[in-house]
Amino acid sequence: MTALTQPSPPSGAGSAPVLTARPRRGEAVIKAALVTAAGASVLVTAGILFAVLEPAIEFFRRVPAGEFFTADTDSSYAVFPLIMGTGMTTVIALMVAVPIGLGAAMYLSEYASKRARKWLKPTVELLAGVPSVVYGFFAVFFVIPVVLQDWLGLEISAYNPLGGGLVLGVMIIPTVASLSEDALSAVPLALRQGSLAMGANRMQTTLRVVFPAALSGIAAAVVLGVSRAVGETMIVLMACGSIKNTSLDPGEGHETMTGTIARTALGESPVESTEYKYLFAVALLLFVITFVMNMISIAIVRRFRQAY
Amino acid sequence: MSTEPATATTSSEEPMGLKLSIDEEAAHSTIGEVPAESVMETFHLNVFYNDFHAVHDVNLTFGRNEITALIGPSGCGKSTVLRCLNRMNDLVPGARVEGEINYHGQNIYGSKVDPIAVRQHIGMVFQKPNPFPKSIYDNIAYGPRVIGMKVDNMDDLVEEALRGAALWDEVKDKLKQSAYGLSGGQQQRLCIARTIATKPDVILMDEPCSALDPIATAKIEDLMLEMRKDFTIIIVTHNMQQAARVSDRTAFFTAKPDETTGNRTGLLVEFDRTKQLFSNPADERTEAYISGRFG
Amino acid sequence: MSTAAAATASAVTTSTLATGKSQDRNLTSLVFLGALWFSLFFGVVVLFALIVDTAISGADRFDKELFTQYTQSFDPERAEALAATGRDPKDLSAAYTGFKSGIVGSVILMITTALMAIPLGVAAAVYLEEFSSKTSRFSRIVEVNLQNLAAVPAVIYGMLAASLMAAVGAERGIAIGGAVALSLLILPVVIITTREALRSVPDEIRQGSLALGATVWQTTWRQTLPSAVPGIATGTILGLSRAIGEAAPLVMIGFGAINFAPELPYITSKIEAFPLEIYDAAQSSREIVRQAASAGIIVLLAMILGMNALAIIIRNKFQRSW
Ligand SMILES: Nc1ncnc2c1ncn2[C@@H]1O[C@H](COP(=O)(O)OP(=O)(O)O)[C@@H](O)[C@H]1O
Ligand SMILES: [Mg+2]
Repeated sequence: MTALTQPSPPSGAGSAPVLTARPRRGEAVIKAALVTAAGASVLVTAGILFAVLEPAIEFFRRVPAGEFFTADTDSSYAVFPLIMGTGMTTVIALMVAVPIGLGAAMYLSEYASKRARKWLKPTVELLAGVPSVVYGFFAVFFVIPVVLQDWLGLEISAYNPLGGGLVLGVMIIPTVASLSEDALSAVPLALRQGSLAMGANRMQTTLRVVFPAALSGIAAAVVLGVSRAVGETMIVLMACGSIKNTSLDPGEGHETMTGTIARTALGESPVESTEYKYLFAVALLLFVITFVMNMISIAIVRRFRQAY
Repeated sequence: MSTEPATATTSSEEPMGLKLSIDEEAAHSTIGEVPAESVMETFHLNVFYNDFHAVHDVNLTFGRNEITALIGPSGCGKSTVLRCLNRMNDLVPGARVEGEINYHGQNIYGSKVDPIAVRQHIGMVFQKPNPFPKSIYDNIAYGPRVIGMKVDNMDDLVEEALRGAALWDEVKDKLKQSAYGLSGGQQQRLCIARTIATKPDVILMDEPCSALDPIATAKIEDLMLEMRKDFTIIIVTHNMQQAARVSDRTAFFTAKPDETTGNRTGLLVEFDRTKQLFSNPADERTEAYISGRFG
Repeated sequence: MSTAAAATASAVTTSTLATGKSQDRNLTSLVFLGALWFSLFFGVVVLFALIVDTAISGADRFDKELFTQYTQSFDPERAEALAATGRDPKDLSAAYTGFKSGIVGSVILMITTALMAIPLGVAAAVYLEEFSSKTSRFSRIVEVNLQNLAAVPAVIYGMLAASLMAAVGAERGIAIGGAVALSLLILPVVIITTREALRSVPDEIRQGSLALGATVWQTTWRQTLPSAVPGIATGTILGLSRAIGEAAPLVMIGFGAINFAPELPYITSKIEAFPLEIYDAAQSSREIVRQAASAGIIVLLAMILGMNALAIIIRNKFQRSW
């Protein structure tokens, strides 16, 4: 250490100002309230777990797990047919939402001017603002009877995962588009310029350079889309049918996980009945699925952020 | 923004695992004439941003009713030192301060000291004018209100502060208008007025003219000379002419790169009366800098 | 070929190469661009089809009774008038179906939800953005937790609210239960948008205030928050517009057909929600009730689009670009 080259001078003359902390009790209270509010969000998660777990455990006390984890449609508590219905609807929804959401994202990120994007983006996002009841109504009274049955002449039942899934897909387009656009925009400009300088056109650059570089972010968008589709209730309740069905035909009615939950709640079963507890067992499974999906999505996004 | 307090220790021990690689010869500072009546002193001031040693062992004395200029090449830690003087560095995540800064004999990094009280006595004007998105009047009245100053007549206080910042004549007819309508130079003087209004003891200025044109700069320089009667002013500037024009004393800093990491640690080279430092520097690094061969 | 011409030619090639535009004109590229345009406007077309189809089927019911009548109230005069036009007599009892209880209920729900979700969400956001250290364990936990909550299915929020209401011994189907469910549902949205709004306020404002000796809270309350209000308003209105259309969580807390006006104090009164009432009407076997559902959908969409437009206007008009 350097030698102190100056003598410690006498401190300034005159009155010494008071620098010690004044108690600020009001502020301490406010800060405590703010921490509580932030911590409350953790309590919400704990609350959800408790609210779903407790009746679900009660259900498994009354009903053997084998009657739940079965594909046997004769078992009134079978869950695999529901997973089947939800899975089928989700796959159909993704077949709509992924290509269209990705296409919209590519246009917004690679082609649209800054000004155009300002208008086009809210337009795409408008789809997420439409209530799911409205989409359900549209599926039941327009998409299935008019588009699928009349125009396309498909021999399908009045309520089915095909119609429900198509409309659900429209609903989650913004989810896929928005996150994909973030991923595409995050690709460094230098990569694009390198490709363009080598004589590639914008399509080739978008598909061969930008898209692969953004792939993990896009994957995260798709995973989040899956979690939205799996959790959506009103569309599948209204449009997918109420028959427990393990067939692979999306034109037949299929009961889904969320459909069962809502239908039971709307029905006459008393809250303490086993039928009612059943919906919590299904909800627990639903929560676990969406939680895992979301964690996967977060993990992917984290990894791809580190890439740049 | 974080309020995690920057930890301060009064021991002169080096932090664990960190080897101060500044060699003694380079770190030696020449201290010339020290002010007789001081308001603030720094003792062995070392500042770290996480593991990065930004400022090494600065010892300075700031004289009452004087203007002290901190000069030196960019990145040598002038702003860092300045921000320590009213504990604004507490707001920088990862910033850590070692050593002591005494203000009227009290270490402002002492454990019982409230950084908010420190800032009420030691105000600050920033590089970029940063008026609040409020009226001119409310910009001035804000400080006295939040610190709970006893004010008999706020209108008088606002006028006094604006006069003190040589802005009154230009804005007296539009006190209720947004401060954003003012020119850059006027905005900076508004920020000075806003600081004056809370009646601080010391005013810190971090390159207050770097965003302004020469005319606005000249106005602020005149203002500083005027304000020296009532305040102690410490100004960071990269403009040597400005330091020479306005300051009573000048501290010259430089940055020395670490051989292994290449990190540039700032250190004080020379501190003396401005006239002395500019006309007859004791250290050759000072001479090189002021004669324009460096920086 | 002269050297000058060659130089010009090569300059042209380089400049067009740089943007890649020269080759955007071939067939595959145009087809690709067409596909992107299709993707972009597919949703708008679907939305347009939805609105037109629904508006046409609800065309007969854009009347004042849609707002003033309860579901399936019976009006003999109107029934006679309808019978005279030769309609199915079975429809007559529902001639005057309207969504008064749903619309009133949804307005009550909205206000209660806003009163709960906005203070809680803004407070949480203020803590995370202005008080806590970004790297602290607590903020990291809260951060991941919020991301998870944003993806929890709406129907599960309804279950949480139902269990909370049961825990305090409240009756099923009352307004406060629905508002709790919707508040929890939009809480992540409110927190995330408020944080974004706070983050867009430049640090210079905070530093200017703190340098005067203001506390962090004073700085937040008097400088940062007021500057962030347009952003917060935009975000919360969008969140509320999502809540107003939600039906699934309300199903879980036992909202059901109510054919009377809620009583003061509204929050403990049993109420109906507009989207749920539309759902019920859509399930009806009578065409005339389904027509009312179509008309109701248009009204609901108008409310939601109106809220969205309001949010955009606030954003464009009041948001400062620093
Ligand atoms: N908030 C910060 N975090 C990390 N490093 C910083 C921060 N502020 C400044 N530094 C570093 O400290 C050194 C000194 O910076 P500064 O005090 O701003 O220098 P000057 O004002 O003399 O130009 C520089 O190397 C700079 O990169
Ligand atoms: Mg600086």
